[in-house]
Amino acid sequence: MKYAYYPGCASDSTARDQHTSCLAVARSLGIDLAEIEGWICCGTTPAHQTDRLLAACLPAANLVRAKKMGLDMVVTCAACYSTLKMANYEVLRHPKFREQVSEVLGQNYDGSVRVRHFVEVLLEDVELDRIRKAFKRSLNGLKVACYYGCLLVRPPEVNQFDNPENPVSLDRLVTAMGGESLDWPHKVECCGGALSLTRTDVVVKLSDAVLTMARAAGADCVAVACPMCQINLDLRQSDIKKETGKDHNLPIIYITQLLGLCFGISAEELGLEKLMVSPESVVKRLTSVEEMFE
Amino acid sequence: MTMSIKKGTASHGLLRTVEQMADVDLSVCFQCKKCDSGCPVSHLTASPPSEVVRRLHLGAGNELLESDLVWMCVSCETCFARCPMGIDIPSAIDALRVLAVKQQTPTPEGDMPLFNRAFLKTVKIFGRTYDLGMITAHKIGTKSYLKDAEKFPVMLKKKKIALLPPRGADRKTARRIFDSVKRKKENQK
Repeated sequence: MKYAYYPGCASDSTARDQHTSCLAVARSLGIDLAEIEGWICCGTTPAHQTDRLLAACLPAANLVRAKKMGLDMVVTCAACYSTLKMANYEVLRHPKFREQVSEVLGQNYDGSVRVRHFVEVLLEDVELDRIRKAFKRSLNGLKVACYYGCLLVRPPEVNQFDNPENPVSLDRLVTAMGGESLDWPHKVECCGGALSLTRTDVVVKLSDAVLTMARAAGADCVAVACPMCQINLDLRQSDIKKETGKDHNLPIIYITQLLGLCFGISAEELGLEKLMVSPESVVKRLTSVEEMFE
Repeated sequence: MTMSIKKGTASHGLLRTVEQMADVDLSVCFQCKKCDSGCPVSHLTASPPSEVVRRLHLGAGNELLESDLVWMCVSCETCFARCPMGIDIPSAIDALRVLAVKQQTPTPEGDMPLFNRAFLKTVKIFGRTYDLGMITAHKIGTKSYLKDAEKFPVMLKKKKIALLPPRGADRKTARRIFDSVKRKKENQK
């Protein structure tokens, strides 16, 4: 099982922990993630707000590299995922646009590289039965609010990831880990995303709404699969407390970190110390799989 | 809700330009307002998405570019996902942003255009984003030195912000893409 791995810019900054935990989980399951050499930024929101052609060419330059490797591309960041898929979509839909993109890149790109989120690889290629066999520990009934945010599931006709209004991919993984995945209404609400630095006031409001609902649903933690969701929901809890007085104190943990914990991978390798709200309560809850059956 | 519209004629309005830039057909909108219901910021803006579309229908001109939704829209794609007519509203908003920058409309709160420029500049130079460079440029431009200041030490310690610029990207390719796109745009003029 080999893939062309696109780590995305956050893998070197805010989401280093998502990157390392993804690599560790992949290794445990025998998934070979071959990093795309010389990959560049996908451009994400600033590119599509600035220039449509630029917004397609930056991701396409990486897709061309994956095509040369002859592999499906795997990403962990939901924003990269959506941007890369959008580039394929645009190139396939408009022959003229495809010409322009190819001119800028100096080589033809046909939109044929399959872009997949690491969670899709886990569920579709590895499959739950095999993942289950690798578990050494269980989440022991931990109540997890799975949060998908925007760019994993939207726009649905581009991303085609799960059900756009009530996705269950992360929930299936949490259930397999022995956790209780919560049925809650804010799975695909927006955390404020790209406004994090410019309109922090808006991000504080939107993230507060998500966290308030997660707490009302009884969550012990929130599981995410996107660096933007993670940083907003985690880092802004202190601002929410200042603004509203609400102390959510909810660990916001990457799904790959939860999986890594259940595979028995060390907290250090999973980058757990990088989370702003300590995940200590989550780690303490874990039991060995044998204990579960006693 | 009352909305005030400057009277104009469609030929002078932004409707066709936006439709062309975004490759959307806004005429199919029948104002069901499903977009507003799902929009996470519609309760914070003066003009929710359906109103922006309606104002375009009615011949709105450059004054629409100052609508607060233009830069408050979070590009969450909820409106597009739920629109019964399949209108790609986020792309229309992106077109309004490009026009707003071109027309040099007053700087919106938080100066997203500056953030975008700073972000893309680091990508052009390093091939990948350099958070520290981008944040510094945005802070200087918006004079918001103290905002989030208390978070920096802990983020540096947790290596959530890298001190040094990213390495390993094919910087030549990134630069070539930026230059080539710019040249294409200039040739179109």
